Amino acid sequence: MKKDTAITLRAFLIELVVYGMLVVAYFFFVLHFLGAWLHGLETAHRSSYAGLTILLIIGQAVVLEGVTTFLLRLIGGRSE
Amino acid sequence: MYFPISDAHIHPAYLVSVGFLIGVLGGFFGVGGSFIAGPALRAVGLPWNFAVGTDLAHIVGKSVVAAKRHRALGNVDFRLGFIMAGGTIVGAEGGAQLIEMLKRAGNVNLVVSLVSIVVYVSISSFMIWESWKTLLQNRSRKTKRATQSDHSAFGHVTRSIQRLHLPPMIELPASGVKAISLWVILAVALVGGLFSGFLGGGAGYIRMPSMVYVLGIPTHLAVGTDLFEIIISASYGTFTHAMKGNVDILIALVMNTGAAVGAQIGAISTQYFAGPKIRLAFVPLPLIGAAIVIYTLITGHKI
Repeated sequence: MKKDTAITLRAFLIELVVYGMLVVAYFFFVLHFLGAWLHGLETAHRSSYAGLTILLIIGQAVVLEGVTTFLLRLIGGRSE
Repeated sequence: MYFPISDAHIHPAYLVSVGFLIGVLGGFFGVGGSFIAGPALRAVGLPWNFAVGTDLAHIVGKSVVAAKRHRALGNVDFRLGFIMAGGTIVGAEGGAQLIEMLKRAGNVNLVVSLVSIVVYVSISSFMIWESWKTLLQNRSRKTKRATQSDHSAFGHVTRSIQRLHLPPMIELPASGVKAISLWVILAVALVGGLFSGFLGGGAGYIRMPSMVYVLGIPTHLAVGTDLFEIIISASYGTFTHAMKGNVDILIALVMNTGAAVGAQIGAISTQYFAGPKIRLAFVPLPLIGAAIVIYTLITGHKI
């Protein structure tokens, strides 16, 4: 049981490191460039911006859930 | 990191950490976590209107991740979630109208603060009593099955509510409820929505316990279904707030990167706790909300 916990914990820490690198890259390459465009949209087309906020947050959540699940499977420490 | 929509400078590590913490709480208890996110965003200088709207957007993302994980664990009743979402949205609009009425009367802050303190403390007191009594009953039975079951000391009242014959009666097979009046479900959702519109946030601290004690939904299913319901109602709230210019989606997206991990940890952790223990651990959350309101009332600082 303790060995299983150690393996799961190690897998989780590796996942966090890989995930952290992906998130930093995402901040710099996606959000940085998206910022100015979204700001313009929020000022000029409020209804389009409102619809896009829902799509972006749900879309990102689905992708992130997929990425974290994939990473855990890849590392081999299934936690469920 | 600069966020041009709200014209704010916030360190992304701070947002990711706050998102992670709220993700863990949300995944485990099925709450939105606005009582932490709102003050956390205010603490770094985000204007109040942006803190409320952005928090709602972040709640949508976190709930998607946690609800997906709970669905994989078989903890989501979609039929119940869809019915409740309708009632919540109507209730939230009613709560918002009530706020407008109180604003016109000029005593909105005092009334909302006092109501929220009474509600938060009542929920916590009741849940301490119920979950503690249930745990003691289970311990006296001394069987492994009893300690792991989702029995409630309040079960006799729940069964009486389920026996109310107010057509249309509906079945919730996923939750193990053979028949319950649609009006009872809508009333629970409406009250949750009303408090959401009146006190702000997702009002999961009211809805999750109501689903367990009034509708008789097992705790694990109440957590997962509440998260699914929050996706729909918080999306509606996000849209209306975005239309008013209160949402900085970039902040919400950054927070969501932390919440995605936290929500999965919270959701998976529910597997290791029996229903009464989850309910007992839930008790501090409304009390934190009450403490924040009391602090605001005494100092005049809205945190």
